[in-house]
This record gives sequence, C-alpha cells and structure tokens, in this order.
Amino acid sequence: MTMLDMITQIWSTMVATVTDVLPIAAILFGFQFAVIRKPLPNFAKVVAGFIWVLVGLSFFLIGLEWALFPLGKLMAQQLTDPVFISGASEAVSAAEAAADLHWQDYSWVYLFAFLIGLSTTIAEPSLIAVAIKANEVSGGSIGIWGLRISVALGVAVGISLGCYRIVVGDPIHWYIMVGYVVVVIQTMFAPKLIIPLAYDSGGVTTSTVTVPLVAALGLGLAETVPGRSPLIDGFGLIAFASLFPIMSVMAYAQLSEWRTNRSKKHST
Amino acid sequence: MIDSIRDLAPIVLVILFFQLVIIQQPLPNLDQLVIGVFFVLLGLTFFIHGLEQGLFPIGESMAHAFAQKGSVAWLLLFAFALGFGTTVAEPALIAVAAEAAKVAANGNMIASSDQAMASYASGLRLTVAFSVGFAIVLGVFRILKGWPIQWLIIGGYVLVVIMTIFAPVEIIGIAYDSGGVTTSTITVPLVTALGVGLASSISGRNPMIDGFGLIALASLTPMIFVMAYGMVML
Repeated sequence: MTMLDMITQIWSTMVATVTDVLPIAAILFGFQFAVIRKPLPNFAKVVAGFIWVLVGLSFFLIGLEWALFPLGKLMAQQLTDPVFISGASEAVSAAEAAADLHWQDYSWVYLFAFLIGLSTTIAEPSLIAVAIKANEVSGGSIGIWGLRISVALGVAVGISLGCYRIVVGDPIHWYIMVGYVVVVIQTMFAPKLIIPLAYDSGGVTTSTVTVPLVAALGLGLAETVPGRSPLIDGFGLIAFASLFPIMSVMAYAQLSEWRTNRSKKHST
Repeated sequence: MIDSIRDLAPIVLVILFFQLVIIQQPLPNLDQLVIGVFFVLLGLTFFIHGLEQGLFPIGESMAHAFAQKGSVAWLLLFAFALGFGTTVAEPALIAVAAEAAKVAANGNMIASSDQAMASYASGLRLTVAFSVGFAIVLGVFRILKGWPIQWLIIGGYVLVVIMTIFAPVEIIGIAYDSGGVTTSTITVPLVTALGVGLASSISGRNPMIDGFGLIALASLTPMIFVMAYGMVML
C-alpha cells in the first residue's frame, strides 16, 4: 500500500460518509428552518459538531478496514478450518477432518466468539452514545461502564451460543423463541426504569464494528461444518447478538436492585 | 483519547492473543495495522466529541421546539422523515437487499434476470426504510400517549413468531438480520436524543421510561415488514 493509495482511500471514504450523512442533515436543517422557524441555538457549534462526527466516522471506518476487519476475518477462517481444529499434523483433506469432529472440539471457536463479541461491543460507538445519554438521564444511577459491560457480556454469550448452534445444527427459531419467552418473564420482574433501555440495547449492538466480524465468523463456520448451508445457518448470529443484551441488561438492573435492597436490610 | 485507548485495548488484545498464541502466525503488514489502529483511535475520539457538540444538542433542541410548537402532525411527519431518510441510504441495508435478491433468484421465487433482481432489491430497501419511518412515528406517538413500551415490543415479538411459521424459509434469515442493519452509528444517537428530549419536555413523562425505546421499535418493525414483503412477493 503506497502513500497515494492511502490518500485516495481516505478521500473516497470521506466522500461516502458525507453522502450517507447528507440526507440526514437535509432533513434536520430543513425541518429546523421551514417548520420550526427559529434560529438554532449555537448554530456554529452544531455544524462544527457535525464535521467532527463526519471526520471521526471516516477515520474510524478506514482504520477498521485496514487493521481489524482483515485480521478478524482471517482469524475466523483459520479457527473454523477443520484441519486446525482436529489438530491433524498429517495432510488430511478438510472434508475428512471435518467428518469426525464433535461439538466439543470447537472450544477455541466458542472462546474466540465470546471474546470478540465482548471486545467489539465495548468499542461500539452507538453503545457509547446511548450509555452517555442513559447516565445523564438517570442522574448517574446507571453507570456508563456498567451498562456497556453488561451489554458486551450479553453479546458475548449470544454469539458463543450462536456458534454452538451452527456447529450442532439446531433450528434457529427454537432458540429465538425461548429467548423471547425469557425476555417476557424478565420484563415482569425487572425494575420498570430499565425496561425501555434494555430493549434499546438489543438494537444498538449490531452496528459498525460487530456486524462484519460476526458475519465472517458465522459464514466461516457454516461453510466448513458439514451439512450446514451458509444461506440458512450463516445468518442469524446477528439475531443472537441483538437478543441476548436485552436479557443481560435486565439482569444487571435486577442484580443492582437486589444488592441495594440487601445493603439496606443490613444497615437497619 | 485516553478513553478511546481504553475502549479499543480489548479488541487489540484478543486479536494479538489468538494470532500469536493459538494460531501461531506472525502478523501480516504490521505497519498498515499500526496506522489502522491509530486511525480507529483518532476517529472514535473525534466522533464522541462531535456527538456531544452536534448530534445530541440538535436532537434535543428540535424535540423541545416541536413540543413547544404543539403541532402533532408536523412532529409525526418529522419522525417519519427521520426514520425513512436515515435508512434508505444505509450501506449495510443496500448490501443485505442485494444479497436477498440473489437468494430469491436462486430459490426461483423471482426471475433471475438482472432487472427482476434489481426491482426486488429496491422494493426490499423501500420496505425496510418505510418500516423504520413507521417505527419512529409509532415510538413518538407512544411518548406522547405514555403507553408502556413492553406491550408494543412483546406484541411485536408474538407477531414475528406467528409470521415465522408462515413466511418462506429463505426470507426468514434476511428478515431477522434486517432488524440489525437499520440502526447505524449516526441514527442511534440522533433518535435517542430525540426521544429523551421529547419525554423531558412533555409534562408528566419520565425520560427514563418514555425517552428510550425508539431504537427497539426500529429494530423490530423491519422483521415484520420484510416477512410480509416475502409473503406478498411470491
């Protein structure tokens, strides 16, 4: 990669980001001036903020393209390669190696899925944004890191379980439906204040960083495990990554509430 | 910047550990990697700064202005435009729609000519964009009325489960995933600021209970609309 390549890539990413943001900016400013018809307070500051967002997002995406995505995808391929998993040193074909593997043999894949789910969610910009807002609105009772780590744990568990499902080949809808039932039961018992935020956490996690890496992992598994189709089994990891954070955020709130109640009892 | 380093350290550690300890391969193109990680750090720092300065304030101030203006029709039109406009140009959605058209053509649900595939893909994109517009309208309406979010979401789940039984198998994976691609990095902060701003400027609404939940609706409605699209297009 030469200097010139880098500059053209930076330029084209910037242009792409601007074209994504233009319709949004047009809607916002259009309504502001045509319908609300009041000058925006701190207009210059807001425009500057938009430029920061554009430049930041462009650099963020270029960095992901150069550093994290190629490595993450390569790793997903290497880890799901049957020859690596069976630890066969002699040259066996991938199909032969895959044929006598059991779900227990994929332990490295589950660990990788867990850790990559955890670490990409921690760095997800949308989640940082929601955590900042939730902290502000709750007057500090919801910690930024508390929320981010509980969402990240939910994604980690969801993706590991999703990988196990692909290896075993269970139908996806049973998992999703059981997940829905758990969410409904938790909704009855969780503190009322957390519920909307927990539901939002599911949509926030599947954003810029997580989707490409997780999709690569799912497709890699579905292609190498015999009898799986990338089309039916490769999809659906994203659905797991959206469902589990809802449970983990409610669980986090339930635990916090329980601890507070317990300490109250002790202090009286 | 220090915060961004803390945000990114886990990913770097996970990748290094697996690459060097488990797979035992040297890292390819080390210089490009280092520059890339530096760019991600820089980008995340700028983005969070812009969020606090631009996206959050405009979302909140517009919500306050609409609440003072008191015109529900304009507010709902704005909600629809925001949902539709942020989704229709979403690159992740364009990719998923193209993929879905291929799947449909392979499954002989549509003719495998380029024209049929292109019209199927753009129909799917418009469907998803429309469903997100609908979701934000519904969510804003809920904030005005103060309905509890759980009935809407659980009702939506039940509908998804029922539709899954009847929808063509090929569309189900795509429908479930389309819920995840509609909430981009710019939409989430904006919509969150809008919801919280609205709930805090309407008397008797709690921003914690009524302000959140828009994103959840925007992730749910595409699943329902895409499955419906798959059933109708057969």
